[in-house]
Amino acid sequence: MKQFLLAAHMLLVSTVATLAETGPVQAILQEQGDLIVKSSRKTIGPAIEAVATSGLPEAQAVLQAWQVKNIWMRKSDGLFFLGERIDSKTYRLIDFDSGDTVGEYPKRALKNIKPNSGIRALIGTALVQFQLLDPDPDRRMEALDAIERAPDASLLAPLRNSIDGEGDAGIRARKMRIERLLTIAHGTGVDERVAAIEGMSTDLGVDVRAALNPLTRTRVMAFAGEIPDELNVARRLSPGSDDLPREEAYALLVATDLAPALVGRDAIREALVAGLEDNAAGGVQAGELGTDEARMRAYGMLAKAGTVPALVTDAEIDAALDAHVFAAVYAETSPAVTAAAESALARIANRVGLSQGADLALDALSLASIYFLAAIGLAITFGVMGVINMAHGEFIMMGAYTGYVVQQFIPHHAVSILVAVPLAFAVTFCAGVAMERLVIRWLYNRPLETLLATFGISIALQQLAKNIFGTQARPLTSPSWLDGAWVINDVISISHIRIAIFVLALIFLGIFLFIMHRTRLGLETRAVTQNRRMAAAMGIDPDRVNMLTFGLGSGIAGIAGVAIGLYAKVTSDLGADYIVQSFMTVVVGGVGNIWGTLLGATGIGFLQKGIEWFNPSNTLAAQTYMIIFIIVVFIQLRPQGIIPLKGRAAGD
Amino acid sequence: MTSLLEVSGVSVSFDGFKAINNLSFAIGDTELRAIIGPNGAGKTTFMDIVTGRTRPDKGRVLWGEANISLLGLSEARIAREGIGRKFQKPTVFEDQTVLENLLLALRNARGPFQVLFYRPTLEDLDRVQGLAGEIGLTGALDRKSGELSHGQKQWLEIGMLLAQEPRLLLVDEPAAGMTPAEREHTTALLVEAAKSRAVVVIEHDMDFVRRLGCKVTVLHEGAVLAEGSLDHVTANRKVIDVYLGR
Amino acid sequence: MSRSMFARNPSVLVFLAILGLFTLGVTLMSEWAGSEIVSTSFVKTLGKTLCLALVAVAMDLVWGYAGILSLGHFAFFGLGGYMIGMWLMYERTHGIVASSLAEATIPPTESEIAGAIGNQIFGVVGSSEFPAIWAFADSLALQLLFVVLVPGLFAFVFGWLAFRSRVTGVYLSILTQAMTLALALYLFQNDSGLRGNNGLSGLQNLPGLDHVPQSSISIWFFWASAGALALGYAFSAWIVSGKFGSVIRGIRDNESRVRFLGYPVEAYKLFVFTVTAMIAGIAGALYYPQAGIINPAEVAPIASIYLAVWVAIGGRGRLYGAVIGAAFVSLVSSWFTGGQAPDVNLGFYTIRWVDWWLVLLGLSFVAVTLLAPKGIGGLLDHWTGRLAPDRHGADLGPDSGSLREAEAEQ
Repeated sequence: MKQFLLAAHMLLVSTVATLAETGPVQAILQEQGDLIVKSSRKTIGPAIEAVATSGLPEAQAVLQAWQVKNIWMRKSDGLFFLGERIDSKTYRLIDFDSGDTVGEYPKRALKNIKPNSGIRALIGTALVQFQLLDPDPDRRMEALDAIERAPDASLLAPLRNSIDGEGDAGIRARKMRIERLLTIAHGTGVDERVAAIEGMSTDLGVDVRAALNPLTRTRVMAFAGEIPDELNVARRLSPGSDDLPREEAYALLVATDLAPALVGRDAIREALVAGLEDNAAGGVQAGELGTDEARMRAYGMLAKAGTVPALVTDAEIDAALDAHVFAAVYAETSPAVTAAAESALARIANRVGLSQGADLALDALSLASIYFLAAIGLAITFGVMGVINMAHGEFIMMGAYTGYVVQQFIPHHAVSILVAVPLAFAVTFCAGVAMERLVIRWLYNRPLETLLATFGISIALQQLAKNIFGTQARPLTSPSWLDGAWVINDVISISHIRIAIFVLALIFLGIFLFIMHRTRLGLETRAVTQNRRMAAAMGIDPDRVNMLTFGLGSGIAGIAGVAIGLYAKVTSDLGADYIVQSFMTVVVGGVGNIWGTLLGATGIGFLQKGIEWFNPSNTLAAQTYMIIFIIVVFIQLRPQGIIPLKGRAAGD
Repeated sequence: MTSLLEVSGVSVSFDGFKAINNLSFAIGDTELRAIIGPNGAGKTTFMDIVTGRTRPDKGRVLWGEANISLLGLSEARIAREGIGRKFQKPTVFEDQTVLENLLLALRNARGPFQVLFYRPTLEDLDRVQGLAGEIGLTGALDRKSGELSHGQKQWLEIGMLLAQEPRLLLVDEPAAGMTPAEREHTTALLVEAAKSRAVVVIEHDMDFVRRLGCKVTVLHEGAVLAEGSLDHVTANRKVIDVYLGR
Repeated sequence: MSRSMFARNPSVLVFLAILGLFTLGVTLMSEWAGSEIVSTSFVKTLGKTLCLALVAVAMDLVWGYAGILSLGHFAFFGLGGYMIGMWLMYERTHGIVASSLAEATIPPTESEIAGAIGNQIFGVVGSSEFPAIWAFADSLALQLLFVVLVPGLFAFVFGWLAFRSRVTGVYLSILTQAMTLALALYLFQNDSGLRGNNGLSGLQNLPGLDHVPQSSISIWFFWASAGALALGYAFSAWIVSGKFGSVIRGIRDNESRVRFLGYPVEAYKLFVFTVTAMIAGIAGALYYPQAGIINPAEVAPIASIYLAVWVAIGGRGRLYGAVIGAAFVSLVSSWFTGGQAPDVNLGFYTIRWVDWWLVLLGLSFVAVTLLAPKGIGGLLDHWTGRLAPDRHGADLGPDSGSLREAEAEQ
């Protein structure tokens, strides 16, 4: 009874629908109905095309519904509707043309149109032209993103059509740029493509190179006779040259069935194992097959018997290579396009090289700033006071941890950094003064023992940090205005933190110069450095000066720690990673001279980046070579540093 | 007269300050010479140049009959050529015994391997005994030289110089900090040494120089101001102006 | 001076006697002799400690006597270990590969064996080719020679460059540290040819001696280490006892004075630096087969600083001080870090020595430097009556870096 009623209801509804006038969308869908239902990627093209080019305002909605599997066909009359799920068994159908609800239907009375992923991609491509014209600028940008992800020839025309009507200048520029790139790859005429290539030949964008590179891609091919004229040959290759080693050339012949395969060692062994009869192969006892010579002999016998393919001799290889012509052939068929692409790439490579040089210089400069920051405290304690402080790295670490702890209490990043910097200075200043009072002042004039005592402090502090903060890295988050980078072009960019560190380094240079040359402390420090007894006789308290100087050097290390912690993770090894470089900076620069430290840091920063540039895959090797280079050059040319002490005192 | 050491036209400057300015100096085979001059006259720098510690900017330093140029030779090589030097401050190896100090200085092969297999011969020990007698340290041979008095250290150093058997002795203020009796002894040692070799003494103390009774060279601002007997130079107007008069 | 070395240095005989008795005692108490008192692993620890004592003697020679604070001698120690490790690893892998390939139906060729060994050894760094430096890894004699020659050559080249430029004092220390860092960074690379940070492993297994229990191998190495230490100690004592010792102590105290006496100071320094590097190489070659593994972390600069710490704690400028320092610190260290030391409960906090040992070591090192610059060996002076000369407060040497009497007396 119930079924009957339902059937009757269905009948009624379908009659109503058939009776109603079908709208233009439905008409198109009906026209392509067979293809839509068949849902095959190979044949669906015209159906999508028909909807997309219909010019109907509803076309986009239909395609979108289709793409997300929301089109349902009513089995009773084959009409297509937008389906809306009510529950798992019942769907509400909506007419595309009018937008009216047609009625609710049980699922079994309907057929869902399920396009496969290939078809969905085609629909997506068809949709792009609509999105390109979408009133919402975000949607238009999304469409451009989609084109960049999958640059397809069919998108060229809709993209071009959309440019004229584009109101937003930014989007318009991007559309034009993508249009150029699409033209390079998919333009119809050679002239059009060459023009597009030449137009982009000064652009450093990665996308330009990505568009050009496929054009210059070649494949090595072997030809038995002359090279067919229709191929776009990049260059001929002779086997045995660097471009085409002999083995590769022969392997190519084998791969294209132009020559018999070589029999490798493994193949020989397998053939011999397979050919073992009565514990002998090719007349050679199995036990004697432990040398290459015996194996060749046995294999030769087997080959003679015809059970295995004969070995290819060197002479045969040469003959085969001589009989063929080798050439690198472009996949792109038009010589004009490939020539234009090659020259454009060469020009771009030049510009990229220059930009990379500039980028490298910026990197080196920021590395130099870091080394300078790390070393400036050392320059004071080691350079001015002659005290080797192996715990200097741990003061840097202490500063970084201070920053971390402050951030636990002050969640606002910018404020926390502003608090952390003076606090880190205070903490490490106190630590430095304590160390000077308790340890170092007893060891003046005994540099080697100072080195060892401060090393003891260094391992104690490092372990202490491990015990307190654990071994995992702690984050020190920079304020949001320090995130991001200053991007000059696609190659040259530098992060804001590095700029900030560079500025910080300059500030410290200024502060140092100010303290040393404009303050009482600086005057007294220089006096004590030059002649301790004389300074004491003039009423300067050398103990106090030493204490303050040491505290100053340590305090700067603490601030450097906050700066370094911002871009590197804070660990207990943080300082140890910088200590050797810091020492080298001071030593290379020459003791007791801030300008020397500056030069040393710059030199080491640039040297390290320069070596990394030559050997980019291996920074370990780069550091190794840098250190060796510095050792050798430094001790040979400038054993007293770049800016040495002069005069009779230097000899002592 | 053929000279043992001939320094001619030597100049050296530190940071623009001319410590030695076109200095020329010569000394014969067996001669005692005193060099005097005010502070900063370049006396010590002169010694530094001769012993290879400082390289002059220009000039020649020739040595011996073969006229070897000492410029460019290492300090050790110059010392082996036969130039011994005594520093102003007594520098003996304080952590080692007087015997070890003297053996170290004794004229023997200096290479590491020869030294490694070196064992003192009776002859060497006799020589050490003789030297110890000369410098009055016979009883102190087994004492650490750091325990010696200041004057004894000076003598030990002179003894070490003599043990080197140099042809030229450069002595920087040997009498500084000595008692009158010790000075007497030192004078005798130097005069005796000068009988068989050339000795150059740098000294401030006029009394001491007078007792040496030798030719005197006066240095001023890195150049030779006057040369001759002590009476001759002390009568020199310029010398009085720059040095004695003050 | 004409008396024999032993007459002048009775401590050498005393030391050798103590070492002999110690070796005998450990041997008798070892599992090898059927006793249970000293476990095999502890025999290895003691054997390793003897090797560390040997490298400490070398360090004392170069630092305590010649005054060159080298922060690179543990690198030479590591190089020696790598040289012997190459042979051990190659031969052992060769044995394993050969026996597994021998089961194939036809015998393997030379190149197949070499390829399989290469694959075994260098598989971890994504390679199967033998680097050129392994060319002689199959020859025990050559690799043993390299144990001495490679660290020696390394030290010679570095020393020649550094000493002839008259780099001294802390500059030299920092340069040696940089050299060590460079070597460690080099070894850390996978394409260094020495298996990158994996290092060489399985060194405790002697090739061809698979049937010999570790208890025997450990005691052999213990004997070898004791023998090497005895020879190294006697050799070092001989070097420092004669005029050569006099010269290098002179260089330590006043380098330029020695130069003005006519001695080629650079040659002496180079000699000491190179010879001690060779001794360090030998010590390393004996150490790492007992440790079983060597990797670049062993060569890192920190290890060389620890070496200086041992010598300083033991008392530099006396050979037995170096031995005492190395043995004391390394044994105490393994006691603390091995978790054997009892935790200290303070009520509000429990001190676990695994965490706090380094803090204690660091601080006690500061204390030794400040309060007892002569180290543990200095305590023996009170017993033997070897007291410092009265210098009326002057420097022990005129060098600004040298100890002052007032400080030495503390």
